[in-house]
Amino acid sequence: MDTQASDARPVLEGPDIARVLTRIAHEIVERAKGADDVVLLGIPTRGVFLAQRLAAKLEEITDRKIPVGSLDITMYRDDLRLQPPRALARTEIPGDGVDGRLVVLVDDVLFSGRTIRAALDALSDIGRPRAVQLAVLVDRGHRELPIRADYVGKNLPTSLRETVKVQLAEEDGRDTVLLGAKRTATGAQH
Amino acid sequence: MQRHLISAADLTRDDAVLILDTAEEMARVADRPIKKLPTLRGRTIVNLFFEDSTRTRISFEAAEKRLSADVINFSAKGSSVSKGESLKDTAQTLEAMGVDAVVIRHGASGAPYRLANSGWIDAAVINAGDGTHQHPTQALLDAFTMRRRLVGRDAGLGQDLDGKRITIVGDILHGRVARSNVDLLHTLGAEVTLVAPPTLLPVGVETWPCEVSYDLDSTLPKSDAVMMLRVQRERMNAAFFPTEREYSRRYGLDGDRMARMPEHAIVMHPGPMVRGMEITAEVADSERCTAIEQVANGVSIRMAVLYLLLGGNEPAVSHPRNTEEK
Repeated sequence: MDTQASDARPVLEGPDIARVLTRIAHEIVERAKGADDVVLLGIPTRGVFLAQRLAAKLEEITDRKIPVGSLDITMYRDDLRLQPPRALARTEIPGDGVDGRLVVLVDDVLFSGRTIRAALDALSDIGRPRAVQLAVLVDRGHRELPIRADYVGKNLPTSLRETVKVQLAEEDGRDTVLLGAKRTATGAQH
Repeated sequence: MQRHLISAADLTRDDAVLILDTAEEMARVADRPIKKLPTLRGRTIVNLFFEDSTRTRISFEAAEKRLSADVINFSAKGSSVSKGESLKDTAQTLEAMGVDAVVIRHGASGAPYRLANSGWIDAAVINAGDGTHQHPTQALLDAFTMRRRLVGRDAGLGQDLDGKRITIVGDILHGRVARSNVDLLHTLGAEVTLVAPPTLLPVGVETWPCEVSYDLDSTLPKSDAVMMLRVQRERMNAAFFPTEREYSRRYGLDGDRMARMPEHAIVMHPGPMVRGMEITAEVADSERCTAIEQVANGVSIRMAVLYLLLGGNEPAVSHPRNTEEK
């Protein structure tokens, strides 16, 4: 699934990612006027780690516990029929639920928008948030649905022949965003 | 994963662990306000039941509906089968209606295998119990229950049942549940001991990957889980033991016997229970008895199996269809 990154070049390194997340955390507090009712839901795999990091930053800023969870969208994908069944990831909704709250979905790369479409469907089966917002580390363009992010770490203009690979310490041992050339016609997509 | 689920013996360790892990996520859907996933929208599944069954059929139906599949229930009673239609014609009729999967229970051992490998139909076949042969989803839900109770919900993810000692007591001869469980538990690394009177053990049991004992009391202290099976009176057309009281005294589980089990050990029963026969009410109602949990887990396991067989374009087929040599 992932293209091996010998020819990939880093566009964000560890310190950049940390700075970007700090900025997004401040933007969330600013737009949500204190982030009283914010719930962060990360989309597995790497969105979950980003959500946890964002929550830690928000807690630093607001001095309040920020509920953070995960939302697996596998069962809601629109391309299920195009490939063998995928293993499911964990959906973990914080104890107080999402009803009447401001849910911020967190993902690593925003690309076609189909993942977020699936996430919105999944979310509507779990509850009725007051509002839903989207935070992504990288927006690489090429949307196929009318979806946009509220908080963007980095806008990264790409061609469809390129791949964007986010690596995070929790999963991959290091923090970096790599931009590379696609090796196969069916390369990694987000 | 194969395209069909015919026998617990067909599952590799990794297949089985994947099903258990998937079921663990499916179980969480039951805690939601909307217990439904859109995953199998537009797929049609027929529950083809030639034998009476309430809990298995309802469990499959609940799982199918939770995954948004269209469900057709077919029971042999009052259908064209009672007019003499063959399995082949019934299956082809269903195929013509555009069925994507057939969940079949049949009194004849091997009927699901025949359906899957005959080339009659193109749909995926899931065995919901055939004769005295196999009942793979029952074995999976039992293994799921054991893993949850003995290893842990989250700690169990990705794990098998390595080294767990499982005792299965009762009517092994007529029980597809016992056979499926022995196959699957062996695959998952557990040590299985069958306990039954000699008359209720099948011919060839010594070739099964398990121990056999006639003495329940000596086996209980060495068990992490004790599975009590119902004595299938409807299949008893010969005298397998002198009286029910004697059977109950030697092979039934009561409070005293349960006290001899290790502290952490659980009592399992696939249902329906006959209280006073193989299990006393005291045991059936105790905290350690997982009978009700097994029913809930059955829905999760069947959702997992349906998702893994039907959720994608094609499950990774390890055996091509129509392999039966004629």
